[in-house]
Amino acid sequence: MDVTLRVWRQRGPSDPGGIVEYPATGVSPDASFLEMLDLVNEGLMARGEPPIAFAHDCREGICGACSLMIDGIAHGPMAGAATCQVHMRSFSDGATITIEPWRAAAFPVLKDLIVDRSALDRIIAAGGFVTAATGGAQDANAVLVPKEAADRAMDAAACIGCGACVAACPNASASLFTAAKVSHLGLMPQGQPERSRRVIRMVAQMDAEGFGDCTLFGECQDACPKEISIDVIARMHRDHMRAVWFGGEERAETGPG
Amino acid sequence: MTEGVAAPRPTTRLERFWHSTVGKKVVMAATGLIMVAFVIGHVAGNLLVFAGPERINAYSAFLHGTGELLWLVRLVLLAAVVLHIISAYQLTRIDMRARPIAYTTRDPQVSTLAARTIRWGGVLLLVFIVFHLLHMTTGTVHPDFVPGDVYSNVVVAFRVWPVTLFYVLAMAALGLHLYHGTWSAFRTLGLVRPSAEPLQRRGAAAVAILVAGAFAAVPLAVALGLLR
Repeated sequence: MDVTLRVWRQRGPSDPGGIVEYPATGVSPDASFLEMLDLVNEGLMARGEPPIAFAHDCREGICGACSLMIDGIAHGPMAGAATCQVHMRSFSDGATITIEPWRAAAFPVLKDLIVDRSALDRIIAAGGFVTAATGGAQDANAVLVPKEAADRAMDAAACIGCGACVAACPNASASLFTAAKVSHLGLMPQGQPERSRRVIRMVAQMDAEGFGDCTLFGECQDACPKEISIDVIARMHRDHMRAVWFGGEERAETGPG
Repeated sequence: MTEGVAAPRPTTRLERFWHSTVGKKVVMAATGLIMVAFVIGHVAGNLLVFAGPERINAYSAFLHGTGELLWLVRLVLLAAVVLHIISAYQLTRIDMRARPIAYTTRDPQVSTLAARTIRWGGVLLLVFIVFHLLHMTTGTVHPDFVPGDVYSNVVVAFRVWPVTLFYVLAMAALGLHLYHGTWSAFRTLGLVRPSAEPLQRRGAAAVAILVAGAFAAVPLAVALGLLR
């Protein structure tokens, strides 16, 4: 099959960038979207042109590196899939496909389709962890976890940190990401000691990075390759309110850390 | 990890709350629900117009006879409107800064018309509310305002078709605002259980249709000659 690509090309962070058209001919419908880009890049390199830069790693939907806005949909047309899991059979022969990077002030473009998502890392560093005692390993089931809490924590923990929620949100909000991380730890017994300050600090960091607020458009949940529900956002709000008004720990604390 | 932006550390609970997007959103939701409760009460009272002049005028006299209580309700509503607008304005500014470069192609998947028009719809509602207060409460822009005679004020007002049209359009905007706002307010306040279909909003749809429909029924009934 033959398609025409409209690709965002940008030499570096300070280059204004723009859309450039490339034909992709003789593509197998069974090629993955990224394999199709690989073929286009081989052609570009053979002609001595710089290849299209795009992020990718595992190519099986678990690492969260791939990050393309395909025809205005984060991770393309397939539900519950990352860009690397999309195949060319999802497009019609002769189609024109627009490929853009994630757009957010907090995700500056590094080159072409690659953006810097370390803002998400800093949200994690602000509180997305539990402090565990060292020593001999305890028995696997020493800490009991209610089944429902374990299931919901697991659903939230499925987040691969790709940033599709931010890309798809009309407000460029990182609420789904932050809420997934807050919920996955906050639902577990191990996450309780730091629960209040975790949500307060992660939300504060999310705001400091320049992400937007949550208007509940619902686009994030639809874009999420792991189909994380906006229910986690309601939970984060509840947790945040409780931590701010009734949490004791954070109030006494003054220093950094 | 590249160099980070340090999150500020507010000291008081109120600062911590208000300086977060979650806190501002909670203020929007809570004040929004106060106004939802108000419009439900308002529209229920309006329907008395169909019971005839005596009933609606007596109801109006009753409300005006509550004295301090009436002013307490008005102050709460005014505070709710002001806080709702301040948080909406500040959050909108934050959101506009959050995506300085737009996509050339964008294909929204699940967002509703109501969600996408929530901001400008809110501005339209503000214009409407100011007009409505000058029209039906103070009578400033009413052609023949008689204090206390609600029935005649309503019937006279809606014989002017542009006014009727403006009211009906404003109620369509109210319906859209309620449809997204009522649903999202409960979610923003965290007052929901985990759901298999978190995007369903049947309750908000019922509130939106009933409230906007019942409000619009009065000007339409006058325009159609059912109330005279």
